Amino acid sequence: MRVKSILVAAAFAAALAASAAAAPIKIAVIMPSATTDAAFSQSMFGALLAIQKAQGGESAIVIKYTENMFNVPDAAAAIRDYASSGFDIVIAHGSQYGSSIQEIAKDFPKVTFAWGTDVNTYGLPNVYAYTAAAEQGGYVNGVLAAKLTKSKKIGVTGPIEVGDAKTYIDGFVQGVASVDKSITVSKTWTGSFSDVALMAAAAKTHIASGADELTGSSQSVVGSIGAAKDSGGVLWFGTQADQASLAPALVVASQVYDWTGMLKDILAKRKTGVLGGVAYTLTLVNGGLKIAYNPLYKLAAAVKAAGDAAATGIAKGTIKVNP
Amino acid sequence: MRGFLSWNVLSGILNTMIGLATPFLYAALGETFAQSSGVVNLGVDGIMLLSAFAAFYVALTTLSLALGLLAAALVGLAMGLIMSFVSVTLKAEQGVSGIGLYMFGLGMSSLLFKVLIGTVKTVEGFKPIAIPFLSKIPFVGPILFHNDILTYGAFLLVPASWWVLEKTSLGLKIKAVGQNPAAADSVGIGVGRVRYLSVCIGAVLAGVAGASLSIAQLNLFQDNLTAGQGFIAVALVYFGGWRPVGVLAGALLFSVANSFQLWIQVLGVKIPSSVAVMLPYLLTILALTVTANRARQPAALNKPFERGES
Repeated sequence: MRVKSILVAAAFAAALAASAAAAPIKIAVIMPSATTDAAFSQSMFGALLAIQKAQGGESAIVIKYTENMFNVPDAAAAIRDYASSGFDIVIAHGSQYGSSIQEIAKDFPKVTFAWGTDVNTYGLPNVYAYTAAAEQGGYVNGVLAAKLTKSKKIGVTGPIEVGDAKTYIDGFVQGVASVDKSITVSKTWTGSFSDVALMAAAAKTHIASGADELTGSSQSVVGSIGAAKDSGGVLWFGTQADQASLAPALVVASQVYDWTGMLKDILAKRKTGVLGGVAYTLTLVNGGLKIAYNPLYKLAAAVKAAGDAAATGIAKGTIKVNP
Repeated sequence: MRGFLSWNVLSGILNTMIGLATPFLYAALGETFAQSSGVVNLGVDGIMLLSAFAAFYVALTTLSLALGLLAAALVGLAMGLIMSFVSVTLKAEQGVSGIGLYMFGLGMSSLLFKVLIGTVKTVEGFKPIAIPFLSKIPFVGPILFHNDILTYGAFLLVPASWWVLEKTSLGLKIKAVGQNPAAADSVGIGVGRVRYLSVCIGAVLAGVAGASLSIAQLNLFQDNLTAGQGFIAVALVYFGGWRPVGVLAGALLFSVANSFQLWIQVLGVKIPSSVAVMLPYLLTILALTVTANRARQPAALNKPFERGES
């Protein structure tokens, strides 16, 4: 009888262990804008879906998301809710969420937190930080733009002068200057990540001042791309996500953030018991940043070669780009 | 600052001003009707959002901008009826019900966008129409007479609103129920009916404001497309002293300040961008402080009407 009880208990424990092993990893992501923003949030959401598909679908990874969290206190509440409701990994996809992560992560030592763009893990063993060396792709886009401009006037539309929006534009300006210092790059900041109408007005202002090329960062640049499209011939250089579908005839290339490598690493580390403590930076070298040339835009071979040479130079370290 | 003295820059500033002012004019003139009857509708931004989505979706799927515009107006009307029912029939607190309507519009437009479209797409919106002869007038011609139909409509709405409010019996009734609903009721004016009508006029115009963004100026839809323009429109009604011409002045001031700050940045004037983007708001607050005239405010604004109560 005693042996039988032990066998039953062992079988029960084995079944529990098997079910635990088969339980999917639960990932939650909090984003400042929509999953369909053709920019920052879409880049992370797309990467999560790609990882989910590659690792066996919803039976392997469950993904929940909360979008349009411009309001940081609301985002903090969502982060805490996810952490307390059994999620294994909580991603706070916005540099404004740092202080919330710093506060909440201490209360959930078994939950992995990831946030960015930043490199600060706050010394916590369950916090990952991540950022993108956006200036690298900015530099490549700048080289391409400098080679293609006829008016020698380029407009830049940005949201707020911080984070990867700033570093992308800094890199872009350096890329343009590396080809031709006489080209004027004018910058406008709208003061908002979400004001599409003002971003469009900023783009129209650049066009009215003679710019024949535009670039910019944030989810509101769809307004700028629309203005470029309405103007008929103003070229666009994208960042964060591949923006070619928004204006197939006018988007030359986009710097694409690919978070899949980082996410794979976080998942692999979690399996070994490492819950955080690492800061990731997407670069052209590690494949986290990619230059996506628009196949529908007929880019001259010499110009593309200049862009590729810039990317190679950055990867090899022969070209230094300052963020 | 020498860069500002060129015709190109001046015309650019005014051109951008006209475009930026268009949605404000529709939304704020509409809100003038609602507030003149005594109802503050803080849900204007939500109406703009849901209508902007409706206009965009219908234009995208039917390839008809006219149907898109109609859809926006109908959505505005439906939301106006909801607001009227809650604030006039149920006599709910107007500020709270307006905020509720805003949140409904924000959330529903986001949900429908995700379910029905899924990603950012674009449509061919209303194109600029050059008015013969007038568009050829040097300098002012291209600024004033080379715009899309919704922009012309917004500016024509200013005298039309003035005429309705000041020269028609409907306008007198609207203002009567906004000033003294008990007196209006005693002479046989249906206070509830007039308020329903006024709120719905405002909501339909807010719907057109949304359409002016999604199928005329930006030709796309994205979450929270209006970025709070509806709330600025409500503020413009106070700024304008509940008069269409005052609303026009406010919309133009705010828009020209915004246009000016963009040109400041484009021309590389050495001012921090954070200061530049504050300029329109600072100017508007300053102008509001100087010109504020509460004497014209409808006496029964924000007050539900109950027969028998004074």
